[in-house]
Formats: sequence, C-alpha cells, structure tokens
Amino acid sequence: MDILSKINKSNLCGRGGANFSVYLKWLAVKNATNTTKYVICNAAESELLVNKDGYILSKYPEAVVDGMFLAINFLKAKEGIIYLKPEYYKKLSKQLTKLIGNRPISLFKKTGSYLCGEETTLLNDIEGKRKEPRMRPPFPTISGLWDCPTLVNNVETFYYISKIANDNYNSTHFITIAGDTKNKGTFELPLNLSINNILKNTNNFPKFNFFVQINGGASGEFLIQDNLNKKLNGTGSIIIYNTKKTNKLKLLKKIVDYFHQENCDKCVPCREGVYRIHEMLKNKNINQEVIDDLLFTMKNTSFCALGKSVSTPLNSLMNIK
Amino acid sequence: MIITIDKKKISCEDGKSVLEVARDNKIDVPALCYHPDLKIKGNCRMCLIEIKGRPGLHTSCSIKAETGMQISTATPTINKARKINLELLFGQHRVECADCLLEHKCELLRLAKIYKVNINRFKNRKAKLKTYKFGPSIEFDSSKCIDCLNCIEVCKKQEVNFFEIKKIDNINRVLPTCDKNRDCIYCGQCITHCPVGAIEAVGEFEDSQKPLAPKNKTIVFQFAPSIRASIGEEFGLAAGSIVTDQLAAAIRALGVSKVFDVSLGADFTTVEEAKELVERLSQKKNLPMFTSCCPAWVKFIEFYYPEFIPNLTTVRSPHIISGGLIKTYWAEKENINPKDIYVISVMPCTAKKHEITRPQVRIKGLNPVDHVLTTRELAHLFKKNKINLANIKGEAADSPLGEHSGAGVIYGASGGVMESALRTAYTQICGSKLSKIDFKEVRGLQGFKKANIKIKDNIVKVAVVNGMFEAKILLEELKQNPQAYDYIEFMACTGGCIGGGGQPVPVNSKTREARAKGLYSIDTKKKIRVAHDNPALKEIYKSYLTDKHIIHKICHTTFNKKKREVKI
Repeated sequence: MDILSKINKSNLCGRGGANFSVYLKWLAVKNATNTTKYVICNAAESELLVNKDGYILSKYPEAVVDGMFLAINFLKAKEGIIYLKPEYYKKLSKQLTKLIGNRPISLFKKTGSYLCGEETTLLNDIEGKRKEPRMRPPFPTISGLWDCPTLVNNVETFYYISKIANDNYNSTHFITIAGDTKNKGTFELPLNLSINNILKNTNNFPKFNFFVQINGGASGEFLIQDNLNKKLNGTGSIIIYNTKKTNKLKLLKKIVDYFHQENCDKCVPCREGVYRIHEMLKNKNINQEVIDDLLFTMKNTSFCALGKSVSTPLNSLMNIK
Repeated sequence: MIITIDKKKISCEDGKSVLEVARDNKIDVPALCYHPDLKIKGNCRMCLIEIKGRPGLHTSCSIKAETGMQISTATPTINKARKINLELLFGQHRVECADCLLEHKCELLRLAKIYKVNINRFKNRKAKLKTYKFGPSIEFDSSKCIDCLNCIEVCKKQEVNFFEIKKIDNINRVLPTCDKNRDCIYCGQCITHCPVGAIEAVGEFEDSQKPLAPKNKTIVFQFAPSIRASIGEEFGLAAGSIVTDQLAAAIRALGVSKVFDVSLGADFTTVEEAKELVERLSQKKNLPMFTSCCPAWVKFIEFYYPEFIPNLTTVRSPHIISGGLIKTYWAEKENINPKDIYVISVMPCTAKKHEITRPQVRIKGLNPVDHVLTTRELAHLFKKNKINLANIKGEAADSPLGEHSGAGVIYGASGGVMESALRTAYTQICGSKLSKIDFKEVRGLQGFKKANIKIKDNIVKVAVVNGMFEAKILLEELKQNPQAYDYIEFMACTGGCIGGGGQPVPVNSKTREARAKGLYSIDTKKKIRVAHDNPALKEIYKSYLTDKHIIHKICHTTFNKKKREVKI
C-alpha cells in the first residue's frame, strides 16, 4: 500500500486547526499538472499559549522531517521548506539542519506573526510579499509557492504521516494545556477523549470554578464547565481560567488588542470591525448592539479565517456570566 | 452556460465572474474595490452573494460563474452585511460632497440610500488626516481613502509605486512614499481608479472658475484632441460621441471670446517631429526617436531613465506649441500685448498641469499656457454655469488656430501620434502624395504594438506603447538591443490620452475603445488628413515660422535629468 492509501485509510485530518482531510490535500497536489511542486511544513504556531508544534519539533524532529521527505518523494516535489516561528528557528535550526542532511529541505524563519500561520499568508511571506492572505481559488494545492502546486501541512500532521507510514498511528493528537493549572504542558492523547477527560487524565482538572478556552489562545472558543463533554477538534489546546480570579473584560481586551495588532487590514469588516471593538473597549463605551453587528459582518464577510474567527472567542467569552 | 441569478435564468460566457455576469445583465451588485482594469482583490466586501449549496456569503468578484449555479444577490443577510460594511466605510471616509470629484456619481452615497445607511454611526477615524499634494497636478486626501488599494495597484502597474501601505497606530494606511528614488509622474491613473474621490487633480473643483477670473486679460481657451470624444459622457452622451462644435459653443457661452483647437498644435508637432525623424534616420543619430508629447512619459524618462533623454524628440507637445503661437503669432496679428493674454488649455491630463510650469517652455519669459483644466473640470464649469453640452447648438472653433487635419485629431488615441508623423514623414521622404494614409497596424488599445513600415527603400521599425508597464519592458529591451526600433510612441495612460488621468470617470476598456473610435471617425471624414496639408499651418510657416531660430523657439524644447520633485 502506498503512503497516500495509508493516509486515506487513517482518516487523518490536518492538525493546523482547519481539520481538512490530509488525503484530499495530497491528492490535489499529486493531480496538479505543473511539474514543479513544493512541500511546506507549517511551524508558524501563532495561536497564543499553544506550544504543541514546538513540543513535537523538539521531541521528535526526525519523524517530522521524515514525514516531509515522504511527501517530497511521493509528490516528486522540487523542495521542502520548514516555515518556523522565530523562537523555534533560534532553538532548533542547527539540530534540524543536521538532521535534514542532504535531503532537499530548507528552513525559513517567519518574518511576521499571527497571520503568517494562515497558509496563503505564509506563502506570501516566503515570496517576500506583503503578509496578507491570498484569494482562493486558486488553492495552494494548485497554485501555491511561486504559483506552483504546494502541499502545506502542519508539524503535527507530518509527524503522524511518518507514524502512518510505519503503521504506527493510533489515532492520537497533541494538546497543549495552559493557564491556571499546575500540570501544564503538551500531552499526546487519544482523539476521542472529551475535554473533561483530557483534563482529568492529565491531572489538570481544577478544584475551583473555572472556564476554558479551546483551540488556541486567540481565536479559540470559550467554554464553561458544563460544556466540556465534547471533543477537541481544532488547534489542540486547552487554556484553563480560574473564574474567580479572571477579569473577563481584561481578557476580552487582551484578545481584541491582539487581533488589532495582528490583522492585515486588507478587508473592510476585519480592519474596521476590530478597530471599532478595540476603540469601544479602550473608551469603556460598549454598545452590545454595535458589537453584535460588527461580529456579524466579520463572521460573514471577512476575507480570511482570521476575521471570520474573531466572533468565536468574543461571543463565547461575553456569554460567560 | 446557464446560471440563475435572483431566479432569472441567464446565459453567459465561460470564465466570467458572477459579478461580471450580473452587471452585464443589469443586476445591481455593488462593488467598490472592483475595477475591470485591475486584479480581483476582494477588499471591500460589498459584492456579496449567496450560492445555493455553498454555505455562507461569497464575493461575486472572485467567483467564476459555473453551469447551474443558483445565486441570490439581495437576501436579508446580504443586505444587513452590506449596510454594516457601508457604515464602517463611512467611518473612514471624510464626507465632503460639496467639493468632490464624483459629485452626482458617488457610489458610496448611492449605496447609502439603497441600504438605508446611517452614515454617522461610527465617528470618522480619519477626520484629521492630511491632504498630500503631488506637484501642481494631483491631490490625495487621505481622510477620504477607504483603503481599497486600487491606487497602489494602478501606480505599481505604471512602474512608479508612489503609493505604499504603512502601519500607523496598529492600522495600515495608504500613503505616498518618502523614498527619494521614487517620484510621481502625474499621470493621474490613481484618480480614475479611485472609487471614492480621495484623489483628484489640483483644482478639482474648488478652483474651476479661477481661470475665468483674470480681468483686463484676453482669455483664450484651447481644447485637446481627445476631449471631444469624452466630455459628452458628463452630459449623458455615450462614450465616443463627438462634440467638437458643441464644445466651442459651450466655451463661448462661458463668456470666453476665443476658442482654439489644439489639433492645430498637433499638426505642428507632427510636421516638426516628422522632420526630426527624417533627419535622425538619415544621420542615424539618437535612434530610436521617442515621442515626447506625453508629459507623464517625459517625467518618467527624466526621473527613472535619464540615459534615454537624447532619444526624446525635442518637439514640444501640441498645446505648448499652439499656446506659444497664441502669444506670438496671434498676439502680433491681433495687436495684443502677449502679457495680456491668458491661455487656458483643456486637457485629458493631469500631467499637463505640471508641463506648463516647465521653465524650458517659456518664450521671452512668458509661459505659453497659463492654466490647465481637466476634461472633468471643464464639464463641471459648464454645469455650474448651467450650460448643457448635450443640447447646445454647435459652432466652429476660431480661426486661424482652430483649423486642423484628421491627423491632428487622432493624437488622442494610442498610435495616433505615430500615424500622423508617418503620414508626413512618408511624404517628406518619398516626395509624393501618400498612396496609403491609414497605418492601422499602429492603432488599437493593446499595450504594445509594433510594425515595420516601408518608406521608399527603407524599413522603419516602429513601436507604439501605452501604459508604463509596457514602456518599462521596452526600455529594458532597448538597453539590450538599442537598434530594435527606429521610432517609438509612448503614452503613459492606457489607450493614450483618451484614457488620461483628467478624463471623465468611470473608465474601462469599453469606454476607451469608444472614445478612440470616435476620434478615428473624425479623421476618416476629414478632407485634409495629413498635417502638412493643413492650410492654417502652411500659412503660419509661410508668414511667421520662417527661420530655424523662431521655429526652435516656438516648437522645440529641452529635457533634463530630475531628482524627486514631490515633497511630502
């Protein structure tokens, strides 16, 4: 069985947060007609407080590089690039270079921040263009880096590809647990565990009243204690907040500040919407009707996933009483 | 292919976007950052649609029509989103309707009415931002800019890159660059591609009445070849409608006594340029020769490629020649002190506002032209004075500086200068009447055209370029292969002057095509179609431009290497 069939059988989904079928992504690049192809490992890890890709890269760099090399060989790609967050580049570039050896894989230190985790912005960054998302279609699988078919997969995805190649994949994923808890860190756990069980199994279930933010410290959703029976399905992370000790307005402001700083200002709803919410919070003049309208248009009409996702943390946090 | 838009079955071509199909079928889908000349950006988020089977809202500019698609363009969700996005846009656009280039054409205001927008819902975050002046030509009011980035793209296409994006207080803005290695060439393409009137020509429209003010002066108007095929658009006429005589009558209705036609100046440019071409071809000197009647192109060479300055023809542009003749030949004839004459050129161009300030064009210390109005400014002036160009009775322009050949009219379209010069050069070299008058190979709107023209026993290799993107490619080619061409016409704006930065908006390839067609139709109907047969021109050569010295003074100029002029 070739690697693509194995991936298909495994039902592996991308671990960057969007959960897209890895099989379909590979297939699209494989079927793309242009003969020059690229493979990119996304190690931008931009979500606040999440460190699972950094953890995998420090602990299992061989497996990640092997996964990439499998993709390069299978797709007959010209080159592979590991796109690294500057901290990871500083810490791991020497080790990675040594590990890569003479395989056609190079390292790229990301020059921007949050938005560069978005795959088309990442491509623009490598090409030296303005760091903003690209229009889709064409999708990167058809026209990506330098307009060539490009496979962009997350660090964790490549890690599991090497596992799958060795028939060693047991439907697990990596989760960073952070926030108000003692046993924080990154854990590898079965996919089907509920959030409750993840916290319990890792000895992170608080004794105090708490709420959590899942799937990233910026765009992730906030959940109250009663809603933790569901599974994680985005960027693997759980951040725990002590209800009593957390100033929710401050937390809201911190998230909005982050988006205000990190968004690219390309499209009207995200640029203006985030600015207006930021102003309202700054001036302590919050009008719920206006916020609702802004989040509505950002969610429905933003150009990229950043703008579309702003309403998730904001609405869910504002709903916590 | 058949698609359904708002329950209406529509047949459409492959490859068109849903927005284009909708607009082709008169379905009103609003869009601000969309411009048919530019790439699809999807920045304004106004052209929203819903597609059956695909959840969420989509932008119709970026989605290609596919067989069987079922599209809605105005659901409650779409309308709500558009309303909020418009309110956000008004929160970054300083409203100054009383002095706006777009006046009654403002898309923002039209949409505000349709979507019942509360334009004051958000406090204007740009109210205090600055206006930047690019020389005597262009003004960018950054307090009106909605960050659609059309200007950035069009200026990049012009190989100028004068606009850039800068982050200030955590939010990106469009600003003119401070880079001393870049300078505005005043072409004004940013103006005709800005959807909200944030960029305009200097003087639009607060100073439109100014040229009529000088008392105790003889006010003389002269209008450019191209505007006769475009100004009608401002009065509800179709693009390309010819209004030469109405234009003369309407200018007189402003109280102006003398109206001349710059097409005569164009005939002089042609004759002088043909002479220079023949001379350079025989001496094989400074070839290829470049046209120099487009001041934005001249600025581009003087600033970005000064090594090519010797290639520019030294012949002045048409309105500078005719302006010079007004203040010399005509002044003498009418016994008026040239200092008491105030010449106003109506031009399709913003760079002409800069050209008239060039010290090299002065004659005895006087500027040949005192003021330049854009096509838009003149239209505004007519409207302000309640003159309707569409129904005024036409009158001929004044003699003698109004008579012209067909060649003088086609100057306004890309390839026109080349064709006019070829008609005359052909006769000069062959010494006989032209057997062929039309050089259709140099016509048309494509950015780059080339042809080998056989004149007697020689092949003259010519090229015609419009738009600076193509121009730069050609200049780079010439660096490698200087003998690739003998004669090249360059126009900075797409389509030549008919697509100029001073022309009516909105503009697209169809408008430009229609305007060019209008100009060629005049030429075809003209009895005199070659510049050197123009009787008024012949008379002036015979009685006034009698020696080299005076010809040089009125018809020729110089150029020089430039440092950045625009101060920010």
